[in-house]
Amino acid sequence: MSLKHLFPALERGGVHYLDSAATSMRPESVLRAMDDYYRYDSANPHRGLYDMSQRSTAAYDGSRSVVAKFIGALPEETIFVRNTSEALNLIAYCFAPSVLGEGDNVVIPITEHHSNIVTWQYVCKKQLAELRYLYIDRETGAIPDGEFSKIDGRTKIVAFAHVTNVLGSVNPVEKLVAAAKKVGAATVCDIAQSVPHMPVDVRALGVDFAAFSAHKMYGPMGIGALYGRLELLEAMPPFMYGGDMIEDVREQETDFAPLPSKFEAGTQNCGGAVGFAAAVKFIEEVGYGAIAANEAALLRKLTEGLRKIPGVTIACDAGAYERHAAVSFLVDGVHPHDVSTILNDSDIAVRAGKHCAHPLLDYLEIPFRSTTRASLGVYSDADDIDALLEALPKVRRIMGYGD
Amino acid sequence: MAIEEMYTRLITEHSRDKRNRREMPEATHSHRGVNPSCGDEITLRLREEDGVIKDAAFTGSGCAISQASASMMADLLTGRTAEDAKRLAELFLGMIRGDVTDEAQLEELEEAISLRGVAKMPARVKCAVLPWHTLQESLK
Ligand SMILES: Cc1ncc(COP(=O)(O)O)c(C=O)c1O
Repeated sequence: MSLKHLFPALERGGVHYLDSAATSMRPESVLRAMDDYYRYDSANPHRGLYDMSQRSTAAYDGSRSVVAKFIGALPEETIFVRNTSEALNLIAYCFAPSVLGEGDNVVIPITEHHSNIVTWQYVCKKQLAELRYLYIDRETGAIPDGEFSKIDGRTKIVAFAHVTNVLGSVNPVEKLVAAAKKVGAATVCDIAQSVPHMPVDVRALGVDFAAFSAHKMYGPMGIGALYGRLELLEAMPPFMYGGDMIEDVREQETDFAPLPSKFEAGTQNCGGAVGFAAAVKFIEEVGYGAIAANEAALLRKLTEGLRKIPGVTIACDAGAYERHAAVSFLVDGVHPHDVSTILNDSDIAVRAGKHCAHPLLDYLEIPFRSTTRASLGVYSDADDIDALLEALPKVRRIMGYGD
Repeated sequence: MAIEEMYTRLITEHSRDKRNRREMPEATHSHRGVNPSCGDEITLRLREEDGVIKDAAFTGSGCAISQASASMMADLLTGRTAEDAKRLAELFLGMIRGDVTDEAQLEELEEAISLRGVAKMPARVKCAVLPWHTLQESLK
């Protein structure tokens, strides 16, 4: 059964929303939770001794517990940040310099989002370290075994997405973590594209850090979380300085608050945290089993349908990786921006362009350095896929190709 | 507006046309324009002699709208004075902003008038105007 009726943006129709990998829509329950918080409970948390401030504190701290439990972490290990990008920056600023020196290296797959590339470029330049890439096989999209030897005695950090955003491929987390552990390197896992679709337990993954955004998992924009192993977070210096992150301040010295407050300076995005927790509850209520079953069936319909359309090719389609909820494709001779404009005429919303992954598109030598990407969410249904598969054959015709 | 009215034959053909898509070793002006938001980029080259544009060409990559716009603009510029070219750029930008609607006035843009529908597609305005902004920059 379609869940569109739970999402105000989708229930009135008028859009086949196939861009959930960029940001998902938000269900009524999340909007209601945030609205209620701001209407009735939004005093400044952690500050007032009166009832409303207590309710606000309970809402904020309670939201953290919900989010922490969702990924199998402790509340003290779960830091609220603005988004995945900020979480990765926090690691780059506050952890990386303590382990990374001249001649050391950071290793990342070529499939990464810019937020998991540019941050490491920054810190590698600053520390005179090297940024190394694990290249994928251009046909299959998988990382060949030989690439793993790039993780060597000078590797201090291995950072990778759990699910990649352009191809929807699942990275071999177990192998990456094993290779990193063997050389004593820290692991950073970007779970932004996996948490909307599959259960994630940071301890089972065995990673040292993880990062994700609420807005890709049916929560609000402007809030996300960083997970870090307790010992690592405890040893790290603060990221931002100011109110709420202190225990005691004297004229020249400050004792910082214990975790997680040490990393949360100033009044926080409480309404966002409440929405984040409501999004977790929404996912738990629907259940990952139902989410995965729906998305897998639609993904199969989508990929099989795309393969039948003349002039349409799926990127890295030789199928050596497990794909999740997103497909990038090319329409021969047509720039993805034109593809998207033409699909928009049939009320289809897809992402077209470079997907914040320039190095991957260059490496794959993708024409126009761009792809069109269709991605799925919990509300996607067969209607959305049919609409896309019906509209796509029109694209080349409208662009003046006679097929 | 139906989508077919945007992607007319004229526009799709211009977007693939090779005549004006070339290097120009003897260029007197060369300027690169980029749309950071979408990544479209063109390098516009002009050969100006005695105040007259003798040749106009471009290289680059982008969507059909930006590429067709560049091709039509290059056709229009050849044989024009630099002053005239600046005036036409203003006219084109006025058309896309929706400020200039007088048919007789817009006729002067020749084939580029066919891009007027972009005025109603806010997401694509930046594609259509990229070559013309690049022209303005190169004639500064
Ligand atoms: C894999 C991946 N990492 C990181 C990000 C960045 O997320 P945010 O923009 O919320 O920081 C995205 C979102 O586009 C993503 O898909």
